[in-house]
Amino acid sequence: MATDNQAPIDQPPLRSQSLLYGIVGQETRQVTRQVPADEPPQLPVNAELRSIGKPIRRLDAVQKVTGTAKYTFDVQLPGMLYARQVVCPWPHAKVISIDTSAAESYPGVRAVHVLETLLQTARLRDPEAEARNKYPTVRFAGQTVAAVAAETQRIADQAAKLVKVEYERLPHVSELVAAMDDEAPIVFPGPVEQPSTAGGGGAPEGLPQKGNVRGPNFGMPGMTPTGDIDQGLAEADVVVEAEYRTQVQTHVPMETHGIVADWRDDELTIYASTQHTHSVRDEAAEYFDLPKSKIRVISDFTGGGFGAKYGINNFGLLAIHLSQKAGAPVRMMLDRREEHVSAGNRPNSLQRVRIGAKQDGTLTAIDVISWGTGGIAGGAGIGFCYNALYPCPNMRTEQYDVFTNAGPCAAFRAPGQVQGIFSLEQAMDELADRLQLDPIMLRERIDTKPTDDMLARAHERKIAAERFGWDRRRPPNSDAGPVKRGMGMAQAQWVYVVSPPTTVEVRIADDGSVSVYNSAQDIGTGTRTVLAQVVAEEFGLDAENIGVYIGDTRFPWGPPSGGSRVTASVTAPARNAAYAAARDLAARLAPLFDDADPDDIFFAGGKVGVRGNEGAARPLKEAAKEAKFGEISKLAKRHDDYEGFVLSGETSISRHGLGGVQFAEVAVDVETGVVKVERVVAASDCGRPINPKLVESQVIGGIIQGVSYAIYEDRIMDATSGHQLNANVDQYRMVGSRETPEIEVLLIEQIGAQSSTDARGIAEASNVATSAAIANAFYNATGKRIRTLPMNPANVLAALSA
Amino acid sequence: MAMNSFEWADATTVEQAAGLLAESTEQRPVIAKAGGIDLLDLMKEGILAPARLVNLKTIHGLDEIDTENGLTLGALVTLDRIDKDPRIRSRYVALSDAAAHAATPQVRNAATIAGNLLQRPRCWYFRHDHFHGEGADEMESRGADQNQHHAILDNDKNAMVHASTPATALVAYDASVELAGRANGSRVVKLSDFFLPPEMQRAHDSGIESGEVMTRVTIPPLNARAKAAYHKQTERESYDWPICDVAVVLTMEGQTVQNASIVMGWVAPTPRRASESERLLIGNRLTDDLARQAAHAAVADATPLSKNGYKVPVLEAVVRRTILAAAVAG
Ligand SMILES: Cc1cc2nc3c(=O)[nH]c(=O)nc-3n(C[C@H](O)[C@H](O)[C@H](O)COP(=O)(O)OP(=O)(O)OC[C@H]3O[C@@H](n4cnc5c(N)ncnc54)[C@H](O)[C@@H]3O)c2cc1C
Repeated sequence: MATDNQAPIDQPPLRSQSLLYGIVGQETRQVTRQVPADEPPQLPVNAELRSIGKPIRRLDAVQKVTGTAKYTFDVQLPGMLYARQVVCPWPHAKVISIDTSAAESYPGVRAVHVLETLLQTARLRDPEAEARNKYPTVRFAGQTVAAVAAETQRIADQAAKLVKVEYERLPHVSELVAAMDDEAPIVFPGPVEQPSTAGGGGAPEGLPQKGNVRGPNFGMPGMTPTGDIDQGLAEADVVVEAEYRTQVQTHVPMETHGIVADWRDDELTIYASTQHTHSVRDEAAEYFDLPKSKIRVISDFTGGGFGAKYGINNFGLLAIHLSQKAGAPVRMMLDRREEHVSAGNRPNSLQRVRIGAKQDGTLTAIDVISWGTGGIAGGAGIGFCYNALYPCPNMRTEQYDVFTNAGPCAAFRAPGQVQGIFSLEQAMDELADRLQLDPIMLRERIDTKPTDDMLARAHERKIAAERFGWDRRRPPNSDAGPVKRGMGMAQAQWVYVVSPPTTVEVRIADDGSVSVYNSAQDIGTGTRTVLAQVVAEEFGLDAENIGVYIGDTRFPWGPPSGGSRVTASVTAPARNAAYAAARDLAARLAPLFDDADPDDIFFAGGKVGVRGNEGAARPLKEAAKEAKFGEISKLAKRHDDYEGFVLSGETSISRHGLGGVQFAEVAVDVETGVVKVERVVAASDCGRPINPKLVESQVIGGIIQGVSYAIYEDRIMDATSGHQLNANVDQYRMVGSRETPEIEVLLIEQIGAQSSTDARGIAEASNVATSAAIANAFYNATGKRIRTLPMNPANVLAALSA
Repeated sequence: MAMNSFEWADATTVEQAAGLLAESTEQRPVIAKAGGIDLLDLMKEGILAPARLVNLKTIHGLDEIDTENGLTLGALVTLDRIDKDPRIRSRYVALSDAAAHAATPQVRNAATIAGNLLQRPRCWYFRHDHFHGEGADEMESRGADQNQHHAILDNDKNAMVHASTPATALVAYDASVELAGRANGSRVVKLSDFFLPPEMQRAHDSGIESGEVMTRVTIPPLNARAKAAYHKQTERESYDWPICDVAVVLTMEGQTVQNASIVMGWVAPTPRRASESERLLIGNRLTDDLARQAAHAAVADATPLSKNGYKVPVLEAVVRRTILAAAVAG
């Protein structure tokens, strides 16, 4: 995570204000909070608003479906060259020599560059062991060594084959359990470190490491063990104990990773398929010793990323070097295999879980130990759900990273939490079963942390159970034939994160037209649209009337599309800036209305008028022309939440989280092992929904990705060669249209009284509970637990015959 | 990945195509192209690098469907047409269904029946250029460890399975292929004799010879009372390769089976007859129990590998279900 944006943010004077708080339509009350004095009054509930809270179509929908939206993949510049990486065929090797001469003299080749520094990897704490190596050690098959830029892609592909690399092969290990062995080949010749990205992952510094196994890591601050596990287990009436396994999942965004680097004179322009324009700029500045002011990063549209698209990466380093050498723009897009192999993945896990409870459900002990491998990168833990969801006096979650000779993991839609919830929520289902409690009743008793997400889940359990028809759930294994149906539910928890450095600019041109600026990229969530909706509200306009300019580091600093934070970070300053601009405009237009009090000036439907004399309202454009006010520009920063954060910085974390509850209905063919998810009902919360349609789209996407993870996806490594065997979209099975269940989303409006829009996140929270809900439905269908993912025929038939 | 450069020749007659193909050498491979689906995949993956492609699509008269005497399919007939042709559907429903369940609508529009039968295995070692290049020797000496999609029958030497799913139905209907060479005219080979167990190092998984063009696929006339069914068992309903597929053709007299042809794909290196299952059915009244016994017999010889044991019960269930489905087919 970049630290340079963490300078203390000057907080303006505060005013004490009574604010609406609670779940709209359920239970609300007034609370008193300290609010920055320059912020607008609290918004009323969505039903009373004109633009915010309306399910409008995303502003760029037509561009996207007609193919005119420009992704990095589509960027074409005059004189642009095409790049191809040279990758190592061996999973572990020392590079002895590299001969680029044949490639360099190949007709049409304009530059060749050998990689000196390897990114996307854990780093040796003490670099001495490899200090005398001329080139970075290769630690996975497919690791980049060099790259070629040429006039056509074909020439680049041909020339890349001409780069001669001499390797000295080293022993390798590519599987989790094999790598945990004391005798296993060693991936790194010493302990390693790796900080997290804005999307998650990484680990604290200085953890113990033995061989390939690093840890224990107790997770986030506040997750250190408490109480006495043995005593807790002794006090329990029931103990559930089991081992769970989850697989490696690759991100498979529609648009692969890639950049177009254009270095001219002393200015560098980068078009990037990224989740954070500023992370690309900051890393480019660091590795090329350029001032940030001379680097511009543009991302008009990003074709998905799910956590893996941060910074410049190895391919980006190479593209920038090539552009500098060739004096021309260089396009470097990964191909599908490179994308699967080297651009990130969700680590697998092996989890041993013991949970003790009293007859009434009271938890007495939670003890979890987990191992996972993120290849040559760290961050293979199982998240913080064990600590965040159900309070328990005796608690320990020990997490270990295991290094293997495989591509680096990257943050992936609720990193760790997806793996953790799979075991936690199945263990709770099993506990409910053993205690003869309805799984919902058990949650009523143990989901008691005093947080907004707890309140949300309590309500969500009720509405989702009713819509789903939970009362129709039958005892396990109720069907006689080979196809068995069942129902299950699971809960979600994810952090509510904000980036306080976020700054938004709102401008009113001298014709009265309004535009909004922020550097945040749109990873697909609809950032343009929510910004426009929030700004439009202050001017009584429609979202499509607002000019929205994003995805460019020339605009004020925007947050990463990670940690589900963009809407929470950008909408509050957007509203604050729009409010300030609208007030300024009112003051300048008041003279046109017989020197009315600016506070009485209102904007609605493209008109400006004075309250009390609505008939005299006139077109804003005309009034602006007459008033000749020049241009109005207001900047606003994302203030801290009114109650502050438990962790402050570029990634500020609230003590409140995001909830969510999912119910699934499945059909299991016990003869063929085929599982079909037929229906999912999700109740979700995201604070105040700015655009319910976009929120729903995130939840649907999360569930589809969750089904894909639960049943189909699985990276297959060949242990002997160290290669991924299914690095394509044919053999790497994913959910298809016919595997997409019927999905129903119930969205609640929760006013947290924390910011001027009270928007929170949704994307990751919606992906967390799905696999556990499906697994619990599997149990209800068959009477057997499935503790290994994916639930494909091989694993299903094994579970059924256990 | 992009492909190497290559020459392109549009053939107008079978003889001309055969002549061009006969010029193929190891240094300058000349390869036939029909729909191009498999060919282009292999070229893009860097597994095939032809010097010249001979386009067969420009040959007239190779795309006819004839139902006069049995069924004759020209080599260029697409899977989509096999699926949609009402004559084929009314007489050879197992073939129609096999074509309908192969691949995706887009692929079926382009894929020809000859190209389908001559496509290469889907084995993920075979499809990865590493195991044809730097990793080839290592691969030779150890075989596939990740064998979850490999053969469970007849797998002691080769465990890769032939990819074509329409082949399963065609073998059940006792189909033959016609091959035309340049010099020695044409020959007709039973499909069941035509396929060879796939190997990493061989250029074909069949007995086709250099300079031969497949011209037709023929099925002999069927008994008027024949009933048939086909089932491709996949992990997904959206396009997917099978765990196994099974075609069953039965001739019934009342409830009694007079003749049975049961063929299983994707479980042995080439489509495999379930001979013992057929024997159990013939001459007996078809009951749930008999179908169960026959299905059990189909997997009796299974020798699953380290990771594909799950295919055995799946195959058994699919054989049983498909026998029962054939018995009640129209
Ligand atoms: C997404 C996807 C899913 C698929 N799913 C299935 C499936 O479920 N079941 C299935 O069976 N297949 C499936 N396939 C494979 C597909 O059906 C075959 O690739 C296709 O049928 C090949 O036919 P073609 O006409 O394109 O052959 P081509 O690719 O043109 O040729 C294939 C081979 O046959 C040779 N050849 C072609 N015609 C002749 C001829 N007349 N004489 C001599 N040699 C010839 C070529 O030289 C080449 O070696 C799938 C493919 C894809 C891409």
